[in-house]
Amino acid sequence: MSYITKPVARHPKMPRNALGLTPRDYEGTMSTLCAGCGHDSVTAALIQAIFELDVEPHRLVKLSGIGCSSKTPTYFVRDAHGFNSVHGRMPSIAAGANAANRDLLYVGISGDGDSLSIGLGQFCHAIRRNVNMLYVLENNGVYGLTKGQFSASADIGSTSKAGVANRQGPIDPVNLALSLGATFVARSFSGDKAQLVPILKAGFRHNGFAFVDVISPCVTFNDHKGSTKSYAHTREHMHEVIETDFVPLRAEIKTSYAEGTARAVTMHDGSVVKLRKVDDTYDPTDRGAVLDYLGEVATRGEISTGLLYLEESGEDMHGFENTVDTPLVELPHETLCPGSSALAELQKEWV
Amino acid sequence: MDQPSASRINDFALKVATVNGTGSASANGLLLQALFRMGIPVSGKNVFPSNIQGLPTWYEIRVNKDGYTARSPEFQLIVAMNPESYARDIEEVVSGGWVIYDSSKELDDEFRRDDVTFIGLPLAQMCVEHFQGARARILMKNIMYVGALAALLEIDMDIVKGMLEEKFSHKKHLMDANYQAIDLGYNYVQEHYEHPLPIRLEKMDANRDKVMIHGNAAAALGCVYAGATVGAWYPITPSTSLMDGFTEYCKRFRVDPDTGKHNFCIIQAEDELAAAGMVIGASWMGARAFTPTSGPGISLMSEFIGLAYYAEVPSVFFDVQRTGPSTGMPTRTQQGDIMLCAYASHGDTKHIVLFPGDPRECFEFAVAAFDLTERFQTPVFVVSDLDIGMNDWVIPKLEWDDSYRPDRGKVLSAEQIEELERFYRYLDVDGDHIAARTLPGVHPKGSYFTRGSGHDKYGRYTEDSDAYMEVMDRLLEKVESAADHVPAPEVHRGEEASSIGIVSIGGCHWAVLEARDDLATRGIQVDYLRVRGFPFNQTVDDFLAEHDKVFVIEQNRDEQLRKLLLMETACSKETLYSVTYSGGQPLSKGHVLDGLAPYLEEALMGVGS
Ligand SMILES: Cc1ncc(C[n+]2csc(CCOP(=O)(O)OP(=O)(O)O)c2C)c(N)n1
Ligand code: SF4
Ligand SMILES: [Mg+2]
Repeated sequence: MSYITKPVARHPKMPRNALGLTPRDYEGTMSTLCAGCGHDSVTAALIQAIFELDVEPHRLVKLSGIGCSSKTPTYFVRDAHGFNSVHGRMPSIAAGANAANRDLLYVGISGDGDSLSIGLGQFCHAIRRNVNMLYVLENNGVYGLTKGQFSASADIGSTSKAGVANRQGPIDPVNLALSLGATFVARSFSGDKAQLVPILKAGFRHNGFAFVDVISPCVTFNDHKGSTKSYAHTREHMHEVIETDFVPLRAEIKTSYAEGTARAVTMHDGSVVKLRKVDDTYDPTDRGAVLDYLGEVATRGEISTGLLYLEESGEDMHGFENTVDTPLVELPHETLCPGSSALAELQKEWV
Repeated sequence: MDQPSASRINDFALKVATVNGTGSASANGLLLQALFRMGIPVSGKNVFPSNIQGLPTWYEIRVNKDGYTARSPEFQLIVAMNPESYARDIEEVVSGGWVIYDSSKELDDEFRRDDVTFIGLPLAQMCVEHFQGARARILMKNIMYVGALAALLEIDMDIVKGMLEEKFSHKKHLMDANYQAIDLGYNYVQEHYEHPLPIRLEKMDANRDKVMIHGNAAAALGCVYAGATVGAWYPITPSTSLMDGFTEYCKRFRVDPDTGKHNFCIIQAEDELAAAGMVIGASWMGARAFTPTSGPGISLMSEFIGLAYYAEVPSVFFDVQRTGPSTGMPTRTQQGDIMLCAYASHGDTKHIVLFPGDPRECFEFAVAAFDLTERFQTPVFVVSDLDIGMNDWVIPKLEWDDSYRPDRGKVLSAEQIEELERFYRYLDVDGDHIAARTLPGVHPKGSYFTRGSGHDKYGRYTEDSDAYMEVMDRLLEKVESAADHVPAPEVHRGEEASSIGIVSIGGCHWAVLEARDDLATRGIQVDYLRVRGFPFNQTVDDFLAEHDKVFVIEQNRDEQLRKLLLMETACSKETLYSVTYSGGQPLSKGHVLDGLAPYLEEALMGVGS
């Protein structure tokens, strides 16, 4: 069933999408995060991306774990179904929900504590399972909600607010996702909406697990000098490897690119992602080469960003499981229940 | 001690001792099935180690013409095929009984007993003479002892051969080898020993309209019939065969004939936490979803169980109990998770729990669990155990009513949502403590935010005391109102009123029935109630109130059922006596009688074992 709800506020100058909705229709409740928190910017980018993709709000499913980052699904698309689950376990909720209804659009929001410590296992296995969803990790190097402890993404030498330096090596989620075979791997920055929005849109349209690591500074606990996850440090050390344009289905591709610098990837639904290489030796479809390149950039203390790896031909969880195209929730009882004569027949083997 | 030398037709127990991983399971299955087909009441208990190959393993078979098939710990005959466990196996046979052993190697004098008869069969030697290859020799040895038993106990050879034919009709060379092995065992006994033994079999007609199946398969089939489409799991004994069964029946009944695609999705999760999350995610989406596990899995799932309880997400958990705590004895049975399941997770929680007593109830309660979980929007546990789940039981044929339709509970359709002014997820509009739910993707007005954090009846986040308590109080009333909907207890009463009662649960049932009949023959009438669901319904309260002394019989150390009854009924501590057995074997009549003996001393003189 398709429903076009009436837009909430009809400001005449507000842009409208194909459903006649305005960006306001994709907002949620007021954020309760600290003013300036990177997570709120990610929320804003998500609102824009979802608006621009003409998503019917109630066909979107928002899932999260626990943390400041995981609170944000209430702050966008109020008419979508949301599930704020338990700490680190959102991927399993997503896998189950997606198994039951493959026709909805799934977005999972997590934090670095949520995905890289308590939920590291589920994060890894969601990648292996290739659950068809956009997975956004709002990465601030700390546990915001429990007041600033180092997380597993904190870099060696990065200092806490009290001046203590972290000494354990970080888990780089991009590296991890790549090495686990993720088919869509990106990194961006909450402060760079221009970069982030097309990546999110491409991620939504990816067939499989689309992973986006977003450096999203915690202004309260990790935005000081000495932190490698602060706004200043990220801005200064960001190295954009690749620029992304998202061209929705049926839209005309207007921009022309110099030979050899751009690569067009057609997504599952027919829309096109244009990847413009800043460094022309970079190949976003060669997993090994991407890993090498990112490693090199990291040793220079720089942070690679962009849609770093993309493979559109893989199978998702439903492909592996060979499930029917119809969402399982829509199968009628008559299809599911074999009935009394089948039971009698089966039991002939039990004597 | 029993004197088995007196003829005991269709009334004895035997035990086969072998080495794990040597293929004896199929020989023992053959044996059990042959007795079943002879129409004799029979049960088989597999006593196996937590090991893939090399450790001792046992298979116990009891036949009883009166239909008592609880475990009997007294064996009239031992098939001792494992020299490693000779000492203990030979010691276990009752005085006057028989020991079958492999005489290819002479039996050490230290194992000899004067009061039992030794029957030596040169099995290994015959195998070397007649079969090629190490594996075949090991496997055929098992089939040979089946042949020998056929001669000694008068098992119908036509039935045995018929079964081999069914099994190997597509593998001629295997069928020939099996035939040959059966005959070798059979003929050796014919030529060398007096037979049949005084313990022997005779055809009966007790198994008409019965089938032989293990509880996990039956539960799995229940899931298929209930319309479950998503199953998530992490392998753990003794629950693994439940998902194996679900997979098998789904492949049989749920593959789309046109496309070959699956009308189901089975996910092997990375652990039990993830399995629980998948069930909750799928159920939230509107699918019927479940996970089979055992105690350690429930421990891991606890956080999620609390979420499902508080956010009111249907979810079905099968706990096939094994001996805890911790890893415990993973291949032994117990009823140690009663408390765990009743109140799993932190904070104030309380759950619907169903306790099947045999595979037939595993099937029926599986279906009931999905109806209950959707109707009450809360987790439902189906708690069986290793004995029920993994052992083959003879049960009345399963039945299915084609008019059955799933009880989806209060799920609003798009049309119903459309009618609403506004939808509030946790608002009880009609006073039955259950709020309507909507499914994602159905209607924009139906959307809401599901959370495990504090929420008010409108579904909004809250940290307000009253708003929080209002929802929590409703949840308690909701789960308690399920007492009238869980399977009612099974009650057995004598002709005259008795002041003594027994309460038990799950697989204890069969030993209790046998013990109760035994007491009756000695003039002691006891009434009996088997709990089949939690929260307890009024019948349980009434039963406890009607009796001066009630013995609560269960398989755990800590009197979990007794304590649950004390907490959840008006019954006083003084009325409830406890009889527990927690050693990991299925309960037997002796456990019950021994446990009762101190309390019923006068009346019970001479009873017990
Ligand atoms: C089982 C469990 N353990 C601990 C917590 C406490 N806790 C809440 S949020 C959090 C860390 C969140 O960090 P992150 O995922 O990085 O999110 P952020 O707040 O930084 O966005 C912790 C440890 C919890 N909610 N549940
Ligand atoms: S504590 Fe940090 S992460 Fe949490 S809301 Fe405040 S700024 Fe954001
Ligand atoms: Mg964080």
